[in-house]
Amino acid sequence: MKNSALGRRIIACPYYVWAAIFIIVPLIMIVYYSVTNPSGNITLDNFLLLKKYGKAFLLSITYALISTIVTFFIAYPLSYAMTKLKMSSQRLILMMVIFPMWMNFLIRTYSWISILANTGIINSFLVSLGLEPLKLINTPGAIILGMVYDFLPYMVLPIYTAMSKIDRSLLEASDDLGCNGWQKLKKVIFPLTLPGVVSGITMVFVPSVSTFYISQKLGGNKTMLIGDAIEYLFNIGPDHYNVASTLSLVLMVLILISMAIMNRFTDETDEGVII
Amino acid sequence: MKLLSKLYIALILIFLYAPILVMFIFSFNSAESVWVFEGFSLDWYKELIFNTTMLNALQHTLIIAILSAFISTVLGTAAAIGILQLRKKITKSLVMSVTNIPMMNADIVTGISLMLLFVFFGKLLGLTESLGFFTVLIAHITFNLPYVILSVMPKLQQTDSHLPEAALDLGCTPLQAFFKVVLPSIMPGVFSGFIMAFTLSLDDFVISYFTCGHYQTLPIVIYNMTKKTVTPDAYALSTIIFVAVFVLLILYNTMQNKSERKVAKR
Amino acid sequence: MKNENIVSLKNISVAFDGETVLDDISIDIHNGEFITLLGPSGCGKTTTLRIIAGFVEPQNGDVFFDDNKINGVPAHKRQVNTIFQRYALFPHLNVYENVAFGLRIKKTPEAELDAKVKDMLRLVNLTGLEKRKIDTLSGGQQQRVAIARAIANNPKVLLLDEPLAALDLKLRKDMQTELKKIQQQLGITFIFVTHDQEEALSMSDRVVVMDNGKIQQIGTPKDIYNEPKNAFVADFIGESNILDGVMLCDRLAEFSGKKFECLDGGFEKNEPVDVVVRPEDVDIVPLEKGMLEGVVTSITFLGVHYEIIVDIGGFKWMIQTTDEQFVGDRVGLYIEPDAIHIMKKSEYSGKYGDYSSYSEEIDHLSDVEEEEN
Repeated sequence: MKNSALGRRIIACPYYVWAAIFIIVPLIMIVYYSVTNPSGNITLDNFLLLKKYGKAFLLSITYALISTIVTFFIAYPLSYAMTKLKMSSQRLILMMVIFPMWMNFLIRTYSWISILANTGIINSFLVSLGLEPLKLINTPGAIILGMVYDFLPYMVLPIYTAMSKIDRSLLEASDDLGCNGWQKLKKVIFPLTLPGVVSGITMVFVPSVSTFYISQKLGGNKTMLIGDAIEYLFNIGPDHYNVASTLSLVLMVLILISMAIMNRFTDETDEGVII
Repeated sequence: MKLLSKLYIALILIFLYAPILVMFIFSFNSAESVWVFEGFSLDWYKELIFNTTMLNALQHTLIIAILSAFISTVLGTAAAIGILQLRKKITKSLVMSVTNIPMMNADIVTGISLMLLFVFFGKLLGLTESLGFFTVLIAHITFNLPYVILSVMPKLQQTDSHLPEAALDLGCTPLQAFFKVVLPSIMPGVFSGFIMAFTLSLDDFVISYFTCGHYQTLPIVIYNMTKKTVTPDAYALSTIIFVAVFVLLILYNTMQNKSERKVAKR
Repeated sequence: MKNENIVSLKNISVAFDGETVLDDISIDIHNGEFITLLGPSGCGKTTTLRIIAGFVEPQNGDVFFDDNKINGVPAHKRQVNTIFQRYALFPHLNVYENVAFGLRIKKTPEAELDAKVKDMLRLVNLTGLEKRKIDTLSGGQQQRVAIARAIANNPKVLLLDEPLAALDLKLRKDMQTELKKIQQQLGITFIFVTHDQEEALSMSDRVVVMDNGKIQQIGTPKDIYNEPKNAFVADFIGESNILDGVMLCDRLAEFSGKKFECLDGGFEKNEPVDVVVRPEDVDIVPLEKGMLEGVVTSITFLGVHYEIIVDIGGFKWMIQTTDEQFVGDRVGLYIEPDAIHIMKKSEYSGKYGDYSSYSEEIDHLSDVEEEEN
């Protein structure tokens, strides 16, 4: 027993080594690069440059917040509507929601250009009806649409899972105790799905706030999000690695903070449920 | 109410599939445009077959996906077993937090941090080209690992802790106990971990983008295609991938059903 | 003397994370006997079993098997087999393969293996279920597979870790009889762990009562019931009224303010002792004939008899009687000398035996999940 327990503990060691070298050290590299200049001297100048990117950060956060909220308001009723169906239909629809994720996200995003372009499908349709074409592509709306489209499954999956796990008798009990439809949603269903909601929000917010492709393709080149800034700096050469690292570090801290906020949210409600 | 909710679901599905349908239709366009359909042709598909960049990239993608899924499954399964043996709660939660980092962190940050590491050590070792096959492979294994660990761990926790003991009791050596009893009972988790790792690796763009150097995978080639004005060949390629994934999924599902039935029969 | 003791534990101590689980215990287990380790959850009985199986190494003390020291011998090299609490059947194998598992490991020739497995399945009445999956079996059937799997290896000792705890009452009774039958048929040693005193008394040749990592008493079921060594044993096995008393001299004890004749001796003069009187040994008599008198404070009808609580000078006695009484009645009590059992004072004195807070004492049935380490 002792030997085999020891054996079982030891077989994780290759992983520990791997995690140390390829998870922890890279993060240290980011910190190291962000407090040095290209010649390797320690400096905090990079952080002064952040001011220049303040707008990009603000835009990224705004777009990510909006698209997270929109995604939530699409996904929550969808999950609720799904749970009302037969089990086999539920599984089919879930498969259909997940399936686009198996497609390359670059192409999925790009296809929207076909639809939204100035002479694209929607506008051709409008013109053929004798209407004025609309300015759809290269707008903030298009960027948000792209984010919502790409990350919607990440929101549906955890919320639907949480919702389908709710014990039917709980809903019956709340009916029995006199809840109307709205109260049932507010007092029973929502609290029970909250962990799913929280992980859905994190899973949509993180890629939205750090994306660099969607904004380039659907937003034109005029909007620079923080992801675009980082990608740009890395592409123009090693001399810009340091500033780019600083931006990444700030982005990471931002994500950490938002996750901490979300986690606090579930922790507190967990306790609340227990009490 | 019921009708309304069905209508709503239908609407969302249309939203999800509209771009895919567009891609599908325009891949057969005889013209170069991706929004004006002029006539049906298979020209873009023909062009793809002779596109060596594309075929190379496909090969690279498959090699990386299979290798990284395999290695991360072995490493991750071993890790899950070892992590569950940790006695101290603090150590365990520390290890799990580190494990979650590549999954929770933004892809762009993971990609950049790995690239910095590779470039830094490439410089130390005096390599002219620090990015390539091995760096993408390492990057893919790294971001696959948490998914493997998280899909194996619940299975391990579900297995009765007495099972390996029962095997020892009946005369198995610890190694035999693992392969004859523990592994079969966590196999579904190991398998789904492998599949997840494989598909994540196939699909990854952001992390590969920063770590691949000249070893281009398919998403990178697609990215380069979409950088210029896109012609329908990118759509044709995606349609092929889409169909391939679809077939694979159906195969996987029927295989699983079959094996389930087989088990039930026994 | 050789082979009289199949398993011997000598001065075994075990601590998990600094917490003592077994405190210097020694037991000799005779070849061919049915011995039960009995005690409440956390008493160390399962750990004792796991030491014999080879899953736990004691920090101190020696384990002997057939007179050979087997400390450090890994589980798979020991000639004992275990029936686990929730059976630990392999879910990916069918009934046949579960039973054949140990034999396959030993590379038994196919023909011999097949005969053996069929034999075992016949022994536990499972013939015909060979191809069934484990999760399609009922609890009782799983139990039988676990027995067949363990004894297919011809162990010299079979270890049973609360094997019946997951079964319902009726099935448990049937399995008790069946296990006893199998043990007699095979003639091998059974070491049985349970927290159910009735189970222990009805099945065992000898019972080891444990608490707090220590052995409280070893003896035949009769010894344990009639001559409990201390207040813990008296209380854990059956119902007991345990009173503070003084041994005036041999064969004369004083408790509840009265002097009583008894059969015990060998105590010092005026030594304080614990006195045990079983509820079924107290007779209700008319007041004038009683050795003690008290007031009935509660009555429970249990079918075979009434269980009544009688208050005697503030101490609540439990008495089982077939005569109906009424709350508030003053009654006399009569106790035969052989119904009085005297015990030396121990750490357990004063903790047990008063029924003042009695209300269908909470049974220990819910603690199957114990001592997992």
